Amino acid sequence: MIEVKGLRKSFTLGKRRKTRTVEAVRGVDLSVAEGEIFGFLGPNGAGKTTTARILCTLLEPDGGEAVIAGADLRKDPGAVRTKVGYVPQGGTTTDEVTAREELVLQARMYGIGKAEAVERTEKALAAFELTEFADRQCRTYSGGQRRRVDIAMGIIHEPKVLFLDEPTTGLDPQSRAHLWDEVRRLRDAGMTVFLTTHYLEEADALCDRIAIIDHGEIVAIGTPTELKHGVAGDVVTVGLNGSGPRAAELLDGRDYVRKLELGEDGLRLYVDDGTTAMPQIMRVLDAGEIHFDTVELHRPSLDDVFLIKTGRSLRDK
Amino acid sequence: MKFLRDTWLVFTRQMLLVWRTPARLVIGFVQPIAYLVLFAPLLKTALAPTGAQTYADAYRVYVPGLLVVLVLLSGFFAGFGLLGELRSGVIERSRVTPVSRTALILGRAFSEVVTLMGQAVVITVVALPFGLTVHFGWLMLAYVMLALMALMACALSYAMAMLIPSPAALGPLINSVSQPLSLLSGVLLPLSLAPGWLVAIAEWNPIYWTTNGTRSLFTGNPGDVSVWAGMLIVIALAALTVTWATRMFARQVR
Ligand SMILES: Nc1ncnc2c1ncn2[C@@H]1O[C@H](COP(=O)(O)OP(=O)(O)OP(=O)(O)O)[C@@H](O)[C@H]1O
Ligand SMILES: [Mg+2]
Repeated sequence: MIEVKGLRKSFTLGKRRKTRTVEAVRGVDLSVAEGEIFGFLGPNGAGKTTTARILCTLLEPDGGEAVIAGADLRKDPGAVRTKVGYVPQGGTTTDEVTAREELVLQARMYGIGKAEAVERTEKALAAFELTEFADRQCRTYSGGQRRRVDIAMGIIHEPKVLFLDEPTTGLDPQSRAHLWDEVRRLRDAGMTVFLTTHYLEEADALCDRIAIIDHGEIVAIGTPTELKHGVAGDVVTVGLNGSGPRAAELLDGRDYVRKLELGEDGLRLYVDDGTTAMPQIMRVLDAGEIHFDTVELHRPSLDDVFLIKTGRSLRDK
Repeated sequence: MKFLRDTWLVFTRQMLLVWRTPARLVIGFVQPIAYLVLFAPLLKTALAPTGAQTYADAYRVYVPGLLVVLVLLSGFFAGFGLLGELRSGVIERSRVTPVSRTALILGRAFSEVVTLMGQAVVITVVALPFGLTVHFGWLMLAYVMLALMALMACALSYAMAMLIPSPAALGPLINSVSQPLSLLSGVLLPLSLAPGWLVAIAEWNPIYWTTNGTRSLFTGNPGDVSVWAGMLIVIALAALTVTWATRMFARQVR
């Protein structure tokens, strides 16, 4: 449904002599299947919005190709527009108008006739549980209600692909769960959803497949389970006070340790099987007379994937 | 057809927003009406050298000038609105649809023009009890001229906003264009009171002609050279600025 090859985009900042180039997207390749919720996970400034905007025809890429729902992005942006819906990061509802007016206008912008636009609006309002306050001005809506209007606008023309840029940022847990259900419903109705997020839980729970993007490059791509299994079977974290470097030295290279990350407050050891690795780790630490505060065993998370691929944690920011 | 339909769509939406934010409309009236009530009475004496004998004469000279100022200065402010909408993502939301790019900017310009003309009509009506009398047909022609001036100012402002997309820098730029244009056009007092050298400079200012044209229509001299010259000038300028603004917009937003 979406095929992207070597997508690049850089921005030039500043004037005349003091120009600085920001390479926002540096050669992104990805492919999204029909009826899939595809997650684009990355920290602030990773290039998520830029990629989404390019794919929705809002920005012209510097290089690369993309075919979306059979339409070539460079040769025929007009065709792409009729096939994709886009819900921007900030939302775009206008304070002074009602949800109904917004939806009818958006439908008509897509060239839909008046009667049909009204009919579709009615359906969308019902589907997103907006009917109750459809005739109130948007200024009176809650964040979650506004977000639902935004998404309803994005799908009013029944696109094949929907781009959602950080759809749940700023929502309380309940509205977030609600919105996830809406997105799943869209997928179950056959829509392909491309969403960006910097929430690990969202990528994990909602997305069928994920691409992790950092500094404009994709560092990992796959289903959440694949990605996590690719890292390790289990993760052992050892809380150490100061003696981290020495412990790392002792444990590095052992055959049961796949990979090891030294953090400020301890060690993270990626192992195949925690139940056999943990006793061995503790024995080594004991033998080295290294005192540790805590030992924990857990399944790898997407954050571990991110940490391994980039050397940084997504959670700490 | 699609283009006309899209323009209408954008226009009606913008008019709805104007309607829903009456505060902005009212602020647009307050200043001209205050000028009308507080400043114009001084004019009868000031304008006596030009042959004004009565209040009606004074208002026939003053009201058209006031309308030109309203239309030009408010029109020049349209660029700020466009910048705001470009930033807030309102325009982006339309850009992901196949809506005509020209319609996005023309519909906006037309809604500005219609709003300004609405204000112009109210000001004219308010001036009537003060003694303004004017021929209906010539008044309509004057409105056409004012509407074209509004369109020109608006399009010029849009183009400047896209050229310099920073509100802080746009303000001074707009001032440096609008100040000399209005000062050298005799909008508040006719330049027939001015020394010859000033008139000689003003004759190079297109707004001088359109202001005089509007004024001639109010005072009932439709045959004056400034009427047809002003009309031709403003049609040409409006066409030029609208073309410029739509081209820049299409290039900027693709
Ligand atoms: N219009 C622009 N002009 C200049 N630089 C830009 C522009 N848009 C984005 N950038 C830069 O490109 C980089 C990627 O930005 P982008 O908005 O794609 O990040 P993001 O992954 O969406 O981040 P966030 O999670 O904060 O939304 C950033 O360094 C940003 O500063
Ligand atoms: Mg973003």
